Amino acid sequence: MISGRTLAQGAGCESKMTQDYFQAASTCSLSEPDYRALKQTEGKNILIRSRFGQVVLSSRMDPGLTSGIIFIPVGPWANALTGPDTGGCGMPQFKGIEVQVEYTDSDVKDIRLLFNDLEGMKHDGP
Amino acid sequence: MMVHEDVICSFCGCLCDDLTVEVEENNVKRVKRACRLGARKLMGHDRIKAPMLRQGTKLEEISYEEAYNKAAEILFKARRPLLYGWASTVCEAQKGGILLAEEVGGILDSTATVCHGPSIIGIEEKGLAGATLGQVKNRADLLVFWGCNPAEAHPRHTLRYSSNVCGKFTPDGRNCKKVIVVDVRETRTSKNADKFIRLLPGSDYEVISALRMILAGKADLLPDVIGGVSKVELISVIDLFKSAKFGAFFFGLGITHSRGRYKNIDNAISLITELNSQTKFIMLPMRGHYNVAGIGQVAAWETGFPMSIDFSRGIPYFNPGETAACDILAQQDADAALVVAADPASNLPRAIVEYLAKIPIVQIDPFENPTTLLASVVIPSAVAGIEAEGTAYRMDGMPLRMKKLVKSNYPSDEEIVYNIIKSVRELRSNAEIEGVM
Repeated sequence: MISGRTLAQGAGCESKMTQDYFQAASTCSLSEPDYRALKQTEGKNILIRSRFGQVVLSSRMDPGLTSGIIFIPVGPWANALTGPDTGGCGMPQFKGIEVQVEYTDSDVKDIRLLFNDLEGMKHDGP
Repeated sequence: MMVHEDVICSFCGCLCDDLTVEVEENNVKRVKRACRLGARKLMGHDRIKAPMLRQGTKLEEISYEEAYNKAAEILFKARRPLLYGWASTVCEAQKGGILLAEEVGGILDSTATVCHGPSIIGIEEKGLAGATLGQVKNRADLLVFWGCNPAEAHPRHTLRYSSNVCGKFTPDGRNCKKVIVVDVRETRTSKNADKFIRLLPGSDYEVISALRMILAGKADLLPDVIGGVSKVELISVIDLFKSAKFGAFFFGLGITHSRGRYKNIDNAISLITELNSQTKFIMLPMRGHYNVAGIGQVAAWETGFPMSIDFSRGIPYFNPGETAACDILAQQDADAALVVAADPASNLPRAIVEYLAKIPIVQIDPFENPTTLLASVVIPSAVAGIEAEGTAYRMDGMPLRMKKLVKSNYPSDEEIVYNIIKSVRELRSNAEIEGVM
C-alpha cells in the first residue's frame, strides 16, 4: 500500500468535514488485474488489513498501477493502515505497507464515525 | 468592489504570487489564476465560530480570554507538552511558537517531520546544491520529478517555474526541455514526461546508487535490472543528465516516505554533486504546505535546528527519532499537545492518534477538522495570507510577504500565541509567588 496526494484530496484538505473530502480521501485505487481479481465494480467496497489496523474503502480501477500496489489518498482512512515506527528519523511508515485486500459488504465510515471510538477518550478542559 | 493584484496564494509551497482577488463587502468574490487547490482555500468555507472548551462529550463556547487561560493552564501544567504544526501559518506566529515552547519547556515540531523531514536530515548530512525557482524557470533544460506529482500536489509548478514555462534561456518552453519522471505508478505528471521510469516500491536507494555507478563508468558491474528498471534504461537516463546544460531535480514524498527515508535523499544529493562535475545540476524538495519551509527557517535561526526541537533541558536539543512528534507520541511521552494550523488526527498513523486522543489538546485553526473532535480547547484564528498578513517562505527558500485581503474579527495565529505566552507567564509568576515552583 502506498499513500499519496491527489488533486481532490488536496482541494478538500482544509475542509475535511465535508462530503467532498470524504469522497476524495476514502476511495482507494487498484490496478486493473487486482480490481478484476477482486470482482470489484464501481461503488463496491473493499476491506483492507495491515498489521497496524483495518479500514473499509470504496474502490476504483487505475490503469496506471501495476498489480500488487494499492494507492490510498493521504488522510485518516489511509492512516488506519500506516505504522508508527519512525526508523530513527521521525518519519512513520506511510508507504510500502503490506496489506491484505478482500471484498466486503460493510460501509465506508464517514469522518465522524471514523473518530467515534477515540472521542470516548477525550479530555475535558482544565 | 476592491481588486487585489499580485496576491500570494497561501496553499502550497509554490506560493504563486500572480493571483488577482476581487473582494466585495469584505468577502472574496472571485480569484483569478489560482489552481483548484488555491482557489478552494481563498474562496473560503465553513469556519469554527468561537473558542470552545470541552465539557464531557461537548465543546462549549467560551471567550477568547478564557481560551487563552485554559490553553496556558494545559501547557504550563504539562510535564512534556508537544507544540505541533506550524506549516500553514506565517513566520511571525512560528516565532511566537518557539518562544512558547521555550517558556513551557516543550517540544516544538512541524508537519515537516512527516513530510520532508528526512530531506532536511539528508541535507544536513551533505548540503544541497539549490537554486531559486526563477533560476529554474529561466535556465533549466532538463527537469527530473522523482517521487513527486506536481500535476496534483503543486498544480502550477510546471506552468510557472519548471517544465512548461518559457524562460530567458529556454524561450521555447516545453519544446526545448526534457522531462524525466521517476515513480512507482503512472501519474498525471508522468503523462507530461519524455521518459517515465517506473521503480519497484522502496527501491529508490538502489536505483540512485545504480545511476551513480553508471556515471562513474562502472555500468558493467551492475545487474541487468535494478529496482525493477533495466540497466539500459538507466544508462539512457544518465546520457540525458549529461547532455543537459542545467538540470533541476525535484523530489517529493515518494522518496522521503519510502524505505531508506533520509538515506535516499543523502544518496540523491551525492548523485547531484557528482553530476555537477560534468554539468550544472540543482535539486529542490517539493514542499507541501505553503510555509512549511518557513518554520524550518525560523526554527533554524532561533534555535539552530530546523524541527523536532526539545526545550526540556533549558536549551534546544534536536534528535529526530527521539524528539520528533511521532516518536514522542508513539512512546507515549507527551502529556499535552498544542496543535497550530495542522491536523495530526488525520495525518498521523492511527496508533499514534489513539494516544493523542488520550492527552489534552489545544487546537488553533481557522477550520474544523478531525483534531477538533479530540480537542479540549479550540481557538479559531484568522486565515493567514487572507485575513492576516505575514511572511512565508517558498519551497526554494524565497521569503515573500503575504497581504491581508479582508478584515476579520478572528485574531491572528500570532496574536493567539502571544496571548497564551502572556497567560503562561502570569501562571508562572503566580506559582512563584505561592512558592509552588
